[in-house]
Amino acid sequence: MLTIDIEDLGFDSGAHLLVKHALGKIPEGSQILVKGSSAEWAGQLRAWCRMTGHSFAVADEGMLVTKSAGNASAIFSGRSDPGSPDAVLDRPPACLGLAARGAQVEAGSPEFDFRLKEKIEVWSENAADLYAQSVAAQWDPGKSIDWNIAFDLPDEIEDAVSQVMTYLIENENAALVVPARFLGTLHPHFREVQAVLAMQIADEARHIEVFTTRLRMKGREPALSSAGGQASLKTLLDESDFSVAGFLLSVLGEGTFVSLLHFLHEHAPDPVTRQIAKLAARDEARHVAFGMGHLLARLESEPEFRHRLAIAVGERHDVLSTTSGLNTEVFDALILLAAGSLEPAAIASGFAKVQELMRDMHAGRYARLLRLGFGPEEAGRLASLHTRNFM
Amino acid sequence: MTMVMGAVAYAPKVVTIWEGFKEYFRKNGFDFDFVLYSNYERQVEAQFSGEIDIAWNSPLAWVRAEKMAKARGLQVKSVAMRDTDLDLSSVLVARNDSGIGEISSLRGKRIGFGAIDSPPATLIPKDHMRAEGLVSGRDFAAVGFDVLGGKHGDHIGGERDAAQALISGEIDAAWMIDGNYLAFSKEGTIPSGSTRIIGRTGLYDHCNFTTSPDSKMDEVDRFVELLLGMQWEDPEVRPLLELEGLRKWLPGRDSGYALLERAVEDEKFYGENGEILIADYRY
Repeated sequence: MLTIDIEDLGFDSGAHLLVKHALGKIPEGSQILVKGSSAEWAGQLRAWCRMTGHSFAVADEGMLVTKSAGNASAIFSGRSDPGSPDAVLDRPPACLGLAARGAQVEAGSPEFDFRLKEKIEVWSENAADLYAQSVAAQWDPGKSIDWNIAFDLPDEIEDAVSQVMTYLIENENAALVVPARFLGTLHPHFREVQAVLAMQIADEARHIEVFTTRLRMKGREPALSSAGGQASLKTLLDESDFSVAGFLLSVLGEGTFVSLLHFLHEHAPDPVTRQIAKLAARDEARHVAFGMGHLLARLESEPEFRHRLAIAVGERHDVLSTTSGLNTEVFDALILLAAGSLEPAAIASGFAKVQELMRDMHAGRYARLLRLGFGPEEAGRLASLHTRNFM
Repeated sequence: MTMVMGAVAYAPKVVTIWEGFKEYFRKNGFDFDFVLYSNYERQVEAQFSGEIDIAWNSPLAWVRAEKMAKARGLQVKSVAMRDTDLDLSSVLVARNDSGIGEISSLRGKRIGFGAIDSPPATLIPKDHMRAEGLVSGRDFAAVGFDVLGGKHGDHIGGERDAAQALISGEIDAAWMIDGNYLAFSKEGTIPSGSTRIIGRTGLYDHCNFTTSPDSKMDEVDRFVELLLGMQWEDPEVRPLLELEGLRKWLPGRDSGYALLERAVEDEKFYGENGEILIADYRY
């Protein structure tokens, strides 16, 4: 039998810790022998046992404490290391709540109503890596962008920049709100996914900041926000399924946006816009990678889900069929940005570049759909059905 | 028929506790309601006027109920208790720097007790001292830390006040339940290592569910069965158990009240028929 000597330590000075520690080493129903020498220690031990549910008996050499079987048992909550087997449970119980994954969760803990509670609904094997990359790639707008660089654009070109920035901001608002809504309903058991979403939200907040700062550099206020553009973005907010929303927002929308940001990096008329576009594109590419990683995992175990994704694209197209799609002002602004002036030859060149952008966007969507296992014909059809608003 | 239980409202949480129990019983198909009394004296009397079928009684209320029943040729029973109601003892605590080492050296000193009707902090301790040859008023000055008369010391505020008075030097020693000594140490009211236990009562039991003379035993049996079925692991039940201060309910027993019965006689608290004898008892 395990014997401990608490010596002259009293229960008014922490002796219970030694008893508790010893009881932690033995199974329920087993006994330990406790010895001590402080005045009245045995009576205090008896009181402690009564309050904690353990049994107490007097023995010749000391006091016997029998470990209670009534202690609440712990619930297995997976493991903290996502790489170990059984680390992430397929259906973590609601009572794991806010506990760290891997914690010994006491039975009787309250049930939390996290709507996203199944691994298949949210998991991506690359989440931990993408989070690490994201942390390493965070940039400080104050330091990473050369806001003091001197440039002056013709008024009509600066107006076009303001229009594009206005458009980018409302798109980034959608890209912030959609993961934020899911984040609040995600079971914290899926810690890596939680972290990726949190970083996406931070990325979008930073993008909104830099687009706003660029817009205001030359004293402009935001330009037109079109009804059709907002209608398109609203359909993203209305999507309640995490995987479908990720498909529409990240794989199709942000994927398309990466092409747009590359276009701005290459063709924008001023160095600040080019820098901003380059940094934002890098962030958006990670968002696309997470969306792809999640959908590949989901489709691998649930191939029929591909059909649901196809329907979602079609439905979104139908809902938006009565809207004008991309704001004409935005389309024209992109041509002007790439043209750099109102000279006919420059406009022709800008127009050609925007047409090339459209082809690029379509090719990117098509390639990602193929990777998700859609056949060439369906991939082509779905890629063309994607919203004319890009996002 | 609805089984009606009496309980004493010694703190606001009592409403939360019994509303929770009511919900638990109703969910299990048992028709249950409760009535709250402001003091145990009226609650015990209600057990004999047919107002309530069962009472959540303090040990002193149990002793009175038993006396009243015996005097009337009736019977009351202790049918359920908390695991924490068994085998308590009270300790007499002195400051280490006071030079007081044992009960006999308290002659002429000021000793802190709880409420006038508290079995653990007044009645059993006074009886214990009487057995040691020390009588209140003659051999020592009893300082009462009286919180809420009629609550039979359920409110531990009196014991805490006594502990604080002991530490500040207003009194020379103080009585409290052994568990409260640990609790006051843990919360810092009693600084670690500053005090010592110089006396301890024998073991006694605390609260129990006491049947009324007219209780229907089949209802009582179902009530006890449901109580004993409450599981610490059950998230709906656990907060109630924590509030009421137990991990599990146990079948009742009446073997743990001998010390209190002797104290009630020695201190002339109740008469043979359960009538209140003690003067200055306000509830």
